[in-house]
Amino acid sequence: MTALAEVEGIEVFYGASQALFGMDLTIQPGEAVALMGRNGMGKSTTIRALCRMQPVAKGSVRFDGRDITALPSFQAARLGIGLVPEGRRCFATLTVTENLIAAARPGQWTLETVRAFFPRLAERSAQQASTLSGGEQQMLAIGRALMTNPRLLILDEATEGLAPVIRAEIWAAIARLKAQGQSILIVDKTVKELKPIADRCVVLERGRAVWTGATTAITPEIEQRYLGI
Amino acid sequence: MPDKRREYALNAVLALGLLLVPLWAYWAGSPFTITVFTRIAIFALAAVGLNIALGLGGMVSFGHAVYFGVGGYVAGIAAQHAFNGETFLGIAGANQMLIIWPVAMIAAGLLAAVIGAFSLRTSGIFFIMITLAFAQMVYYFAISWPTYGGEDGLPIYVRNTFPGLNTMRPWNLFILCWCLLMLAIGAFALIRASRFGAALMAIRQNPDRVAAVGISPFGIKLAAFVISAMITGLAGALMADLSRFASPAAMAWTMSGELIVIIILGGTGRLFGPVAGAAVLVGFEVIFGGMTEHWRLWLGLVLLLTVLFARGGIVTLIAGRERLG
Repeated sequence: MTALAEVEGIEVFYGASQALFGMDLTIQPGEAVALMGRNGMGKSTTIRALCRMQPVAKGSVRFDGRDITALPSFQAARLGIGLVPEGRRCFATLTVTENLIAAARPGQWTLETVRAFFPRLAERSAQQASTLSGGEQQMLAIGRALMTNPRLLILDEATEGLAPVIRAEIWAAIARLKAQGQSILIVDKTVKELKPIADRCVVLERGRAVWTGATTAITPEIEQRYLGI
Repeated sequence: MPDKRREYALNAVLALGLLLVPLWAYWAGSPFTITVFTRIAIFALAAVGLNIALGLGGMVSFGHAVYFGVGGYVAGIAAQHAFNGETFLGIAGANQMLIIWPVAMIAAGLLAAVIGAFSLRTSGIFFIMITLAFAQMVYYFAISWPTYGGEDGLPIYVRNTFPGLNTMRPWNLFILCWCLLMLAIGAFALIRASRFGAALMAIRQNPDRVAAVGISPFGIKLAAFVISAMITGLAGALMADLSRFASPAAMAWTMSGELIVIIILGGTGRLFGPVAGAAVLVGFEVIFGGMTEHWRLWLGLVLLLTVLFARGGIVTLIAGRERLG
């Protein structure tokens, strides 16, 4: 079986400083993978490299067996990499509907199915994105990524800074997507919330993967060593 | 929402006012008034074009006069050849508006495709300067090309014709311009409501985020830039027929500035903003232009007040921030 996405030994630099030192990551179709690690270890850089928003100095990025290392980011997105960026970055002055239709690509996800998935977005259709609550903006950011009908959905800190009730709602939505067979890459810090959703976990330290295994196999020691403060 | 109702009302007042005042002038026998309102309609049409690039896409083109001028030259050249009994583009008697309009639009669009392909690789102040530079290049080319009048421009002795209408009559020419303006505003509304329009407005905010949902910002911007230039080119063809003169001055950088002023006065990205802005600009030209040569001083004052105290222009001042659509 070909992997859906494969990052192999990539090195990424920001100017003179190196952020990734031979990072590896594989995502199989239908799998939900969690990318974990402390702040500054290279989680977001890995995602940026996978989405082709960051040039890769060494190593390769493949999607569905195709080498996309040199592809511009809009083409990577067209192949089916749907990013929900950190910090819920919607198009602030556009309405909810405009945010959604701007991203639309043909497939099972349409304006109707996204509205059915997040009824809140249906209620807020004509409202400007900047006037939504944090949770609603997050739903819109996920909805917008779904509108591209991604084969791989990437969620970067999807629940950061949200109230517990809203967090639960977002996690429930992600779980529903997973149950529908959506391949997902999640970046998050809370093991407890990731466990029911992610099949596998990749832990980063100083720009490379240091531990990979089933989410259920994460022991308190591993948590303490790589994720603890 | 009350805001939306107010914008509908304002739009209706602008659209109907622009139609009914000349209609009254027609009965009252005041061709001058009709001509003034035809100018408003044509300037508004040119600004509707620029409003796609500037209002929706955030592309501050400081060279849109060049498309206005090119449209004018298409009308002028067609009229000159027809007047001399020659062919234009291989067509005998090509002084038909139904031929001239598409040709003007295509000429402006092709030029915009070339200029856009270069200038859209830049943004901000560089984009403003490079569009200005291209416009000045075409302007100096026009004034140094003796075949079509050079610095003197091209007089149009007999206006180009439209089937079934005598375009030499002010009311007939006005109603053509008014209809085209309404069509262009309709097209603007359709574009804004489409996926293309949503992507265009999104690019103005953050091109990288748009790329992340699988859209090439460059392609969308270039397409919008070309459509924008085509509408402005159509307005240029009408203006040449109205003033019966294709002038290189229509390509001068001051004209580009006036189009931007119309949009800022009326309301950037607003559906009827160009109509409100053009009415103010032409109104000042007619009212204060009769009193003093320095009428632009007063226009400048109003522009200053708009920018300082009414950022969204006239439409936002009356109808509020929330836009239709």
